[in-house]
Amino acid sequence: MSAVAEQTGNPARGDLGGPSAATPRRTPSGTVGDRTAVATSHVLLAFGAVLVVVPFVWVFLSSFKTTQEILASPFSLPADPSLDNYVNAWTDAGIGRYFLNTIVVVGCALFFVMLLGALTAYVLARFRFPGNTVIYNLMLAGLTFPVFLAIVPLFFVLRNAGLLNTLPGLIVTYVAFAFPFTVFFLYSFFRSLPHEVAEAAQVDGAGEWRTFFQIMLPMARPGMASVAIFNFLGLWNQFLLPVALNTETDNYVLTQGMAQFASQAGYAVDFGALYAGVVMTVIPVLVVYVFFQRRLQGSVAQGTFR
Amino acid sequence: MPPATARRPGNGSGPARRRRRRQISFDKASFFAVALFLPLAVYVVFVISPFAQAVYFSMTDWSGFTADMAFVGLDNFARLLGDDKFLRAAMNSALLAVVVPTVTIVIAIAVATMVTVGGATTGGVRGVRGAGFYRVVSFFPYCVPAIVIGLVWAQVYDPSRGLLNGVLTGIGLDGMADFPWLGDTRTAMGASMFVIVWSFVGFYTVLFVAAIKGVPGEIYEAARLDGAGRFRTAVSITVPLIRDNVRTAWIYLGIAAIDSFVYMQAMNPGGGPGYSTFVISQDLYQTAFSKGQFGYATAMGVVLALVTLVFAGAVFLVDRITGGRDDVRGHA
Repeated sequence: MSAVAEQTGNPARGDLGGPSAATPRRTPSGTVGDRTAVATSHVLLAFGAVLVVVPFVWVFLSSFKTTQEILASPFSLPADPSLDNYVNAWTDAGIGRYFLNTIVVVGCALFFVMLLGALTAYVLARFRFPGNTVIYNLMLAGLTFPVFLAIVPLFFVLRNAGLLNTLPGLIVTYVAFAFPFTVFFLYSFFRSLPHEVAEAAQVDGAGEWRTFFQIMLPMARPGMASVAIFNFLGLWNQFLLPVALNTETDNYVLTQGMAQFASQAGYAVDFGALYAGVVMTVIPVLVVYVFFQRRLQGSVAQGTFR
Repeated sequence: MPPATARRPGNGSGPARRRRRRQISFDKASFFAVALFLPLAVYVVFVISPFAQAVYFSMTDWSGFTADMAFVGLDNFARLLGDDKFLRAAMNSALLAVVVPTVTIVIAIAVATMVTVGGATTGGVRGVRGAGFYRVVSFFPYCVPAIVIGLVWAQVYDPSRGLLNGVLTGIGLDGMADFPWLGDTRTAMGASMFVIVWSFVGFYTVLFVAAIKGVPGEIYEAARLDGAGRFRTAVSITVPLIRDNVRTAWIYLGIAAIDSFVYMQAMNPGGGPGYSTFVISQDLYQTAFSKGQFGYATAMGVVLALVTLVFAGAVFLVDRITGGRDDVRGHA
């Protein structure tokens, strides 16, 4: 995010001089109205930015306060900043365990949905066969209907399979529900790749497996990265599926652990630990965001949303 | 595993002719099994079949844990029409579906305009300075788990130790001390809506920024030469030209707002004061997983799906009636 010019609509035309260089050439009246409008924009945007940042900063600072300090004043800074809240959240509130569960579940689900999603998208994009449109419509249905419609029957599907309240059950469910989005996105990506390369590989004697893993998948890397980031965020933040299908406390994922604080409805809540839990839940997505925000925003821009 | 299967002898000779005849080698068979049939089977079992089963369950009095399940036709749906709690939830969901997308889209278009074409009217068409910074910051809430957003704002709204009342009393509004934003029927819904809008604005801003960048700069320059101000430009140029994106945003936001489960569950798990923030999804969840009335809960799910589809259809209809695509080019 270095240069402003990068963000603007049409950097090619005459804005290279910057505002200070250009301003004197205009008539005074235009400049005044202009300045007012720009200043107002800045005030509004800055206010919006503050509104986004402040709650997080407040929670972050509060996470180092003792419960007494938290109850005493919302503004006071921690007198003696300590990591006690983090220790309490990690061990007593079980956030540590939920954190590991989340990493296992999201990690496995992400791996399988990317692998299977890429394979299916590639097959659909490259081969014409009867049933192609049926599969396409099935994917569309999975993207269209609210998960809430499926949640009760899904509960019994998992129970009958002996997967209810287990991490593998949650992983399979995550894979299945992230699958249609993954296929849709990668489908258009594989369509855009030159098929001649795959055909050349096969003429040279490479089988289907080898063509996919050694030729096509590496070419699809940018698309894979974008989908993987979206899926990571979507799965890390997933709430309804675990809350309904994974009610064993030991198997909780982070979002469930956080919801536990909410359900205690003010009584006996260790607020310091709550704040520390929020910070620990947000840090992984913050890291992903800081590193990948360009690609993320770029993907939104390119019409992830058709 | 791939290299091993790739070198099977049957595949080595005359690959070009083989492709044409489609003789099934082990390589091809195994590839299709893993690449197509395995994932599709998982998908059908865990996604499609629950959707299909839901339609049937919604017409039973099934309580879930027994095998007894009587087919009751549309009785569940008739019961829903007389269920005051559900009707309250449906009204709240409908309210969310109207207010949240409207407010979010207006703010997002305003912000997107400022950071793309709202800059000084001298020189080229551009946004205000620091546009990238604002965009990066405003997009961040999209990445944060909704449950955490709800919890953080529940803390901000807290009557005694919350940040909001702290600020309000700090600037002299002592009457706001101990005001329960989420515990008062007059403010609970508004405060909850604010949080939902807050979490979505950044994402849709980025979507609209991209759309506006797709508009040729000459159009904005022409509008400026004709003397159109910023507001006029936004209403008469930007909105018509990014109409398709606005429609898409409306549908996605509406679907998310009709759901709203996570936010409401985080801020008011019980449905809020006088059920003022209680939504269909919460009713469904309670009915199924607390009361065990699975048939009835699934009927709520069917209604939720129908409401969602009707909403999407309504957005398309309004779009068509108010002009749709052809008109856009006319404006341009």
